Amino acid sequence: MNGTNLFKIALRALSNNKMRAFLTMLGIIIGVASVITMLAIGQGSKKSIQAQIAEMGSNMIMIHPGADMRGGVRQDPSAMQTLKLEDFYNIRDEGKYISAVSPSVNSSGQLIYGANNAPSTIYGVSQDYLTIRQLSVEDGEMFTDQDIQTSAKVCIVGKTVVDNLFPNGGDPIGKVIRFNSIPFRIIGVLKSKGYNSMGMDQDDVILAPYTTIMKRILAVTYLQGINCSAITEDMTDQAIEDITSILRRNHKLKEDATDDFTIRSQQELSSMMNSTTDLMTILLACIAGISLVVGGIGIMNIMYVSVTERTREIGLRMSVGARSIDILSQFLIEAILISVTGGIIGVIIGVGASFIVKYVAHWPIFIQSWSVMLSFVVCTVTGIFFGWYPAKKAAALDPIEAIRYE
Amino acid sequence: MSKAIIELKNIKRNFKVGDEIVHALRGVSFTIHEGEFVTIMGTSGSGKSTLLNLLGCLDTPTSGEYFLDGVSVRTMGKNERARLRNHKIGFVFQSYNLLAKTTAVENVELPLMYNARISAAERKEHAINALIAVGLGDRLMHKSNQMSGGQMQRVAIARALVNDPAVILADEATGNLDTRTSFEILVLFQKLHAEGRTIIFVTHNPEIAQYSSRNIVLRDGQIKEDKVNENILSAAEALAALPVPIED
Ligand SMILES: Nc1ncnc2c1ncn2[C@@H]1O[C@H](COP(=O)(O)OP(=O)(O)O)[C@@H](O)[C@H]1O
Ligand SMILES: [Mg+2]
Repeated sequence: MNGTNLFKIALRALSNNKMRAFLTMLGIIIGVASVITMLAIGQGSKKSIQAQIAEMGSNMIMIHPGADMRGGVRQDPSAMQTLKLEDFYNIRDEGKYISAVSPSVNSSGQLIYGANNAPSTIYGVSQDYLTIRQLSVEDGEMFTDQDIQTSAKVCIVGKTVVDNLFPNGGDPIGKVIRFNSIPFRIIGVLKSKGYNSMGMDQDDVILAPYTTIMKRILAVTYLQGINCSAITEDMTDQAIEDITSILRRNHKLKEDATDDFTIRSQQELSSMMNSTTDLMTILLACIAGISLVVGGIGIMNIMYVSVTERTREIGLRMSVGARSIDILSQFLIEAILISVTGGIIGVIIGVGASFIVKYVAHWPIFIQSWSVMLSFVVCTVTGIFFGWYPAKKAAALDPIEAIRYE
Repeated sequence: MSKAIIELKNIKRNFKVGDEIVHALRGVSFTIHEGEFVTIMGTSGSGKSTLLNLLGCLDTPTSGEYFLDGVSVRTMGKNERARLRNHKIGFVFQSYNLLAKTTAVENVELPLMYNARISAAERKEHAINALIAVGLGDRLMHKSNQMSGGQMQRVAIARALVNDPAVILADEATGNLDTRTSFEILVLFQKLHAEGRTIIFVTHNPEIAQYSSRNIVLRDGQIKEDKVNENILSAAEALAALPVPIED
């Protein structure tokens, strides 16, 4: 028996029974397509939430004054003044797992330039703030250590601030604007970051040396917060421990005293969000798994039923001289053709449906190659197995038993 | 005397049904020579089909010797018997057993599909010739579900002819057909016989024995009678003598 003939036999059997071939294929198509779409939706929402968190900054650690407020206990206003510049210097000089650190003080007020004004918040930070928040200066320059030492009245502004104060265009660099009554010279413009996923305008910012804000605007000696970046995400926990011990030492806290500061990390936030999206992905994976099982059972049934109804055909083929191996090869070729074709169509429909979800329902989708592979392989292997296995049983029958099969 | 195509020596075939053993054949011996048209008769359950299946290598005897064209079948493996069926035997079933929704040509080509030595062109040519021989030269591309019972049985006979077998075996080949169509099929078998083919035709209809060259009668798995027919009737004449059907 040669392969060409077997291939021809299988092709003839398929083309003479197009409906049966199509129905068998349908099970595979549905299985593959639904798994790909489900996983694309699940992975898509996970990825979009991860992106939202990532855009906040790089491995951020946020230190706030006052004990952990999650208990809901009201605190003495003096508790909000526990972070000092000393703490910032020590973290900057001694912190082992930190790549950037910046103090944080801010004040809200009115920005004025000529006849234009806009409400805004001015942030007092150090140069490291750019690294921590993944910002960069597009035009002009960042302020210098010199500016920090002299509490220089200079500032860096975001695109929205520029648009609000200079609606007629013109280079903002070198212009002097006023924050409330204090003049600030613009020395740089930040590269636009657009809106974040929560809908907040990330370009509506104005940065100035922290010393300037503390002395000239707020007239305080304490910090409203300290922001840091851990060197890598994995070092976040070590960095927090390190910072905690520095701060406890600086604040002279006794062994049993609770922290008079609170540390939050981006990683903490991200794992919190991840657990939510993971739950959703698990849910979708369950649905996908169920569709896969249902698809598999469908494939199994049609393949099994078709071989049962084809037992007489198998008997006839054997009676005119087909050997068991010829029968098996024929059914295997048929099953492979059906399953692989169905699998490919399923991948196309699954990817297509994912994009429909993206463009019609505006859900984030993310198609991973492993999910395409997984569903394709599972369905085609199921199809091939259940095409082959009952044929193997039928081919083992005596021709006369098979031909009389009812 | 021409050469022996089939030699049976004390063939027995038992079936196990639950705890009981059914003796379908209780020791059958005969020799059939090239060019004979043998009818095998007997009542229902007398063992005709069992015998024919053994002759067709679809089944193996419990004991006894069977030589087909000089080769011992008893010692053969499954694959060798498949090869033997492919090369030496043409089987015609009562229920036609055509491939569903498949054209006459493709149905007739089927045995040759399992013979690698025959090219696609030869295969098609043989199939068309066989269909012409059974009078279906104008129905080559008709599908099995577009044909009448008589036409389907002709396709099945063409399929049995296409590999130029040593013997054609027919099990109640006219059993599903009306009288007129049965005679038409019988005419066809007589024509094949006249061309020198060896035919074994199983039937429970005693009338048909008159049109064959030899008649073997089975009863309870044994040969009751084995007679050469000196006066072979012409099926064509019998067909002509049939009353003309009112319709058609
Ligand atoms: N596969 C089988 N299993 C059990 N008994 C069988 C089988 N085939 C035939 N028989 C028995 O053998 C006997 C002969 O059957 P069969 O050859 O079909 O008779 P016929 O074709 O003359 O009507 C019957 O009693 C039948 O029941
Ligand atoms: Mg019978």
